[in-house]
Amino acid sequence: MNHPASEPNPRLAGLDPEHLQTLLGLSRLVQFAAGEHVFREGDLARRLWLVQDGRVMLHTYVPGRGDVPIQTLGAGDVLGWSWLTAPHRWHFTATALSEARAREIDAAILHESSSADPAFGYAVVRALSGALVDRLQATRARLLDLYGEPDSIPRQTNPAAR
Amino acid sequence: MAPASDPMVPTRYRVGDRTTETHDSVTLTLVPVRAALPTFDPGQFMMLAVPGVGEVAISISGDPAAPELQHTVRAVGAVSRAIHDAPVGSALGVRGPFGTGWDLGSCAGRDVVIVAGGVGLAAVRSALLAILAGREAYRRVVLVVGARSPDEFLFRRELDAWGASGAIDLEITVDQPTGDWDGSVGFVTEPVGRLSLDPGRTTALLCGPEPMMRFAARVLIGNGVAAEDVRVSLERNMQCGIALCGHCQLGELLLCRDGPVVDYATAGPLLHVREL
Amino acid sequence: MEDIAHPETPGSDPAEGEAVLERRGLDRLIAVLRHDGYRVIGPTLDDNAIVLRELESGDRLPDGWGVTTAPGLYRVHRRDDAAVFGHSSGPQSWKQYLHPPRRQLWSTDGDGDFETPPDEEVAYAFLGVRGCDLAAIRVLRKVLCEGTPADGRTAALFSRLFIVAVDCTEPGGVCFCASMGTGPGAHGEYDLRLTERLGDGGPRYLVDVGTSRGADVLARVPHGTAASEEVERAAQAVCAAAEHMGRHMPDVDLRELLRTARDAEVWDDVASRCLTCGNCTMVCPTCFCTTVEDVTDLSGTHAERWQRWASCFEPEYSHLHGGDVRESGQSRYRQWISHKLGTWYDQFGSSGCVGCGRCIDWCPVGIDITEEAARLTGALPTIGPDPTEGSG
Repeated sequence: MNHPASEPNPRLAGLDPEHLQTLLGLSRLVQFAAGEHVFREGDLARRLWLVQDGRVMLHTYVPGRGDVPIQTLGAGDVLGWSWLTAPHRWHFTATALSEARAREIDAAILHESSSADPAFGYAVVRALSGALVDRLQATRARLLDLYGEPDSIPRQTNPAAR
Repeated sequence: MAPASDPMVPTRYRVGDRTTETHDSVTLTLVPVRAALPTFDPGQFMMLAVPGVGEVAISISGDPAAPELQHTVRAVGAVSRAIHDAPVGSALGVRGPFGTGWDLGSCAGRDVVIVAGGVGLAAVRSALLAILAGREAYRRVVLVVGARSPDEFLFRRELDAWGASGAIDLEITVDQPTGDWDGSVGFVTEPVGRLSLDPGRTTALLCGPEPMMRFAARVLIGNGVAAEDVRVSLERNMQCGIALCGHCQLGELLLCRDGPVVDYATAGPLLHVREL
Repeated sequence: MEDIAHPETPGSDPAEGEAVLERRGLDRLIAVLRHDGYRVIGPTLDDNAIVLRELESGDRLPDGWGVTTAPGLYRVHRRDDAAVFGHSSGPQSWKQYLHPPRRQLWSTDGDGDFETPPDEEVAYAFLGVRGCDLAAIRVLRKVLCEGTPADGRTAALFSRLFIVAVDCTEPGGVCFCASMGTGPGAHGEYDLRLTERLGDGGPRYLVDVGTSRGADVLARVPHGTAASEEVERAAQAVCAAAEHMGRHMPDVDLRELLRTARDAEVWDDVASRCLTCGNCTMVCPTCFCTTVEDVTDLSGTHAERWQRWASCFEPEYSHLHGGDVRESGQSRYRQWISHKLGTWYDQFGSSGCVGCGRCIDWCPVGIDITEEAARLTGALPTIGPDPTEGSG
């Protein structure tokens, strides 16, 4: 569903204003109701979103555990990466936790515009890579289990120690 | 009777109240048996002793304006477990206050971004209470809190009240969701990265596991906050609290005297040297 | 910031008629000090070493004994003269009296008050404090008494201390005091300073008075007046010793060098040799780290806290959150040398090293701190001269 843009557009860190305008020009504003799926695991992945406001939860189904939340995303986050690589199918399911608005970009249109204007394409890929790196580093930080009880975390012998 | 001026001799405080925070953390409210120790600045610590067991450095988590002394203790070793288990009415030995504080005075007129992870929230609670008591002195106040799971937030009811009051912007997030958690899931750096900051007028106070502080500092500095305006609360083995035992050294710093609160311009390079 | 003065001609302006003692004057000096209530600590031969003990009389001084020192080596031997102070630093230093290896901090019963042990009001007189050790006492005083609230018992020990310093005229095998600006002449705060002169009639001791307390003691010890040529020759002998040191600390800004070297690869070399035994920290006259230990009796109602010497080479020294921050031997050696030669300046305003050479002597594998510093200089050649040192 489209609504006129009434909120400030989302930024994409590292993307200069001119290219951001171009990217937003390729996008359309969409809205999700609380509980509505943005995408489902296994479906073809053809879009990405820049979340403008609200919260979206990424989750997957684990037999015996039910729907396990993986990550929540909010204003300023990039949602949806599976369009980048084969088999171009969503890894997880994304569901809006609250009413949420986002700028939706069609991956095919993005590919087309990038081929036509490689400078734009390169700038967008760099900015998207930055967002991906931040997400990866934060995810790795969670793997460290930093808040866990010190004695319960298995110690790894430091290969550099004597 | 030991002279009050001997800095290695504790003062008796009785446990007046215990509040369970999580499965391994408790907040103790202590009252002096006789004389009280001097008032503290938020960010400072006391050396808490269970005679016969040992002594550890614990940040003061209570309100600096209150007459009682509060410490939130997580049981991670023999001494902290003994303090954690101390029943109401038992007496502990207390020395201090020691160390550098968050220096809230320098935050006046500025945005204050506080990032706390795990038990690190205890070390910033005293700062928050002081800020809330004098709220008009500061511009925007943001508190980002990370915990391992929903059951492991300290001061859960207080957090909810602070968020609901509108006095601060509150973001809480967990590493591992459980039960019917419908809040944020993600490492603390993610909500920090999403903040739209006025970096030239922002002071950040960080407390939590050292890697968490490094990662959060990196995000803030990457978004334009000066390293000098990012403060971290550091921890090392402490035996005396008065710059005499040598254990708490981090490079040239003696953390009981030059810390625990250190600005990131000073601390950053030291934290990146392995085994320093 | 720099409080180690440049080596200067010992004796400053020789007073008109500087005093001189015969050998028996030393015996008398000890007797006078004991009479005044001091416990006299000085060198004596024991356990195949020249060690520091309480001296009941001058009979216990190590007349005619010398030492051979080298990396990892210490041997006593008979000299062919009767020098009393003809030996360089032994395995102990004066810090064991000013900063005892073990002492009780407090005791308590039940939930009661914390009691500190009473001040035994011991007054020490140190006989035979060399330039390096005099500097070490000054460094220790700065660390233990002049920082955050001083502990009354330690401050009292320092204030009661009577020092009889001794110049060196023979550099020892591992000494490097000259390059650290602490010797071979003893300078700083002393009550009396002796320079031993060996002649046909046996050893004589030129005496320089440092304080009125020292003058008061000297007045009760039979002494003659030294000829000015004798005083002049003694001063020259001390200067000559400065020219014949066996080793020296490189003349570079060590503080900056060590700060820059933190991340460098250079530490692998010394790490492959260092056993992390901690001998160096035990014999070093300025190492001051301690650890506290709580003990109880069997009933659990009486508790005591004791303080003991600790070493940064102990793995658990840096224990934190279930592990040790400095796990590798490499990081612990780096910590020791960086603190001693570098960050000590940031923390206490001077170098922590006084050039006594004990660490070189007592290292079982003969690691030489001056050599390690030189190795760092070689690995990081861009560090310039020490801005806090003057010429020479």
